[in-house]
Amino acid sequence: VIHRECGVLKTTYEADMALYPLPIARWTVAVIAVLMFLILPLSVEEYYLSIVNLVSIAVVGALGLNILVGYTGQISIGHGAFMSVGAYTAANLAVRLGLPFWVALPAGGLMAALVGAVVGIPSLRIKGLYLAIATLAGQLIIEWTINHVTWISGGVQASINVPRPRLFGYPIATQRQMYFFLLVFAAVAILATMNLVRSRIGRAFIAIRDHDIAAEIIGINIFRYKLLAFAISSFYAGVTGVLYTYYLGVANYEQFQITVSIDYLAMIIIGGLGSVLGSIFGAIFVTLLPIVIRLTMESFGGLLFSSGAVLNIIPNLRLILFGMLIIFFLVVEPEGLNRLWRNIRNYFRIWPFAY
Amino acid sequence: VFGLLIAAGATFGVAGPAAAQKEVVIGLQCDRTGATQTVGVYLCPGYHDYIKLVNFKGGVEGYKIKAIEIDHEYKVPQGMEAYERHKKEGAVLISLYGTPHTQALTAKLTEDRIPGTSPGFGSAAATDGTKYPYIFPIAATYWSQGTAAVEFAGKQMGGLKGKKIAYLFYDNPAGREPLPILEDLAAKEGFELKTFAVPPPGIEMGAQVLDIAQRYRADFVIAHLFGRSPSVSIKELKRIGYPLRKVVSFVWGASEADIEAAGGFSVAEGYNAIQFAGVGPDFPVLNEIRDMYKKEGKEPPKEMASTVFYNRGVLIAAIHVEAIRNALKAKPGGTITGVDVKAGFERIKGFSLGGLVPPLEITATDHEGGGWVQVYTVKGGKFVKATDWFKSYPDVLAKHIKAAK
Repeated sequence: VIHRECGVLKTTYEADMALYPLPIARWTVAVIAVLMFLILPLSVEEYYLSIVNLVSIAVVGALGLNILVGYTGQISIGHGAFMSVGAYTAANLAVRLGLPFWVALPAGGLMAALVGAVVGIPSLRIKGLYLAIATLAGQLIIEWTINHVTWISGGVQASINVPRPRLFGYPIATQRQMYFFLLVFAAVAILATMNLVRSRIGRAFIAIRDHDIAAEIIGINIFRYKLLAFAISSFYAGVTGVLYTYYLGVANYEQFQITVSIDYLAMIIIGGLGSVLGSIFGAIFVTLLPIVIRLTMESFGGLLFSSGAVLNIIPNLRLILFGMLIIFFLVVEPEGLNRLWRNIRNYFRIWPFAY
Repeated sequence: VFGLLIAAGATFGVAGPAAAQKEVVIGLQCDRTGATQTVGVYLCPGYHDYIKLVNFKGGVEGYKIKAIEIDHEYKVPQGMEAYERHKKEGAVLISLYGTPHTQALTAKLTEDRIPGTSPGFGSAAATDGTKYPYIFPIAATYWSQGTAAVEFAGKQMGGLKGKKIAYLFYDNPAGREPLPILEDLAAKEGFELKTFAVPPPGIEMGAQVLDIAQRYRADFVIAHLFGRSPSVSIKELKRIGYPLRKVVSFVWGASEADIEAAGGFSVAEGYNAIQFAGVGPDFPVLNEIRDMYKKEGKEPPKEMASTVFYNRGVLIAAIHVEAIRNALKAKPGGTITGVDVKAGFERIKGFSLGGLVPPLEITATDHEGGGWVQVYTVKGGKFVKATDWFKSYPDVLAKHIKAAK
């Protein structure tokens, strides 16, 4: 029996600590890995890979935000700005000091973590909407600073061109090369988050989310763990910004404005707060939905409207449909796509002998 | 699932590069729903109508033009996705829209050797075709607009020496871009320059306008604003009694919609604005478009009423078609690529479209085509041409372009 939970007897600590205790889960992961790393890149055109690339970047950012919002129960509307901190740190290091991406990338993440921890200080005293406004202030201050301090932003245009990342002397430039580059980071981010949330730190985060006073009473250092949550989450955001910068070849402050923070919040809310899979679902959903709607409209819109009108209708209808689908999914399942997926899975687990 | 995915991949692989013969594809990025949608809803129909007219008249050198529009909501990831889609469809030319998108796609366009145009936005440094081989501003950049604004101000005041000029700008990189040029000219011409930043979203500028009009008492105002803010600036300046004939705006500060939003043409009487395309309904090409619709038994589109943005769409499309025409002429019967279209751009000269397009001369080193502008003034309920096509201080511009990174 490969897909049943019963009869799985753990006799070693290793078995107990395995990320996927069930054989079927391990196989599924292996199949997905083969699909993503071998079959998809070898069989699909660059255009489709470029969409996956955007998803990969979004996955890293959504995971980071979910650690903070979903697991620790703190809120941040400043993640767009933390991304820009990572982006500009890496861009400056790459251009001024000529550092390679494997130095600039963690450096960008660490700088974002530092700034994120500072912006997170108000979380020690305030919660909920008040914290949201405090982080919003962080977003605006960082945006303003990058926009006006030319030492950081590299001139009046506030954009820095970054050379392509190089691996063993070869530049990573085409979408197909970028695909592997970004996919590795997305995979590392997923693995790191899954392990983080079941570690001592992750359990402390969850305790703080569920009841911070109770958490403090059982001996969790709230001060330390709240700031740690902000730092780790911002580290992910910083890495997202760096990946984005290397992907586009330019760090530009207009790419990290407040709408980006909101988009990422939308991702984790749609996907499911406090779940790794939910972050991935959310990133995929928010990135793909506009594209899918447009492709559908382009194919079938001509049947209903004249060609001139279609051009005007597509973008507007896309926005309307996007909003309506988000509402639809949230009404159907307020806990997000992850919960929807679990419901479907649970249904089929006992199918056809439902009781 | 496996087989299905592989099959799907295989079908995409086959269907992709098979571009139809005798057709040239242009990738058109638009913003009809995002931050600058007030521009896109007029500019993009103008673009499509000109392409339609060209195809209606039999195409270019026997080829039909196909413009594939993708709306990116003024968001960079969407713009990136749009570019990859256009590339897949075999586009030989990308009509970019938006400064951040131009920045983000510059590296890609250069690597893929597909020319992209950034009329009225993007970086002024892209004028230098040797540094940015595949980016074509094709219309006056903010730097050229800056020099033109100063020259116009000087003519209106009868000299610049000792005068006080206020620069009212939207506080973002695009708004700050002309600053080095203006500072340089202030030193050169001996006028005093003071800057007044309007923070985004730019709909609150009472304090700045009061400062300009009553404390600083500026002799002339150069305004560089976007979106809703130009109309606010007109309203505020009017309210405080500052004469609008002493104001000149950059290219994104004066469309019919801006004037209407400020309270109508009677309120804005005297307001000056720089334009990179001819304004008004009286150009031969626009009559041809109207005739085309008439022959099809349709009404001309209502977007034509917004002549500022609609005409810009026509201008961009016309320059694109000229570049493609040059490319096709150089390679009769062959399949043209982005490299050919780039060379086609660099041979554009003496193409005026009945006065709608300035006397451009795009070369391998000058991708801006000279930086020509016209100033239009609001007078008697419409925009009236105040100057002919002109360009100013080429030496100052050349110095900055050379020094730019």
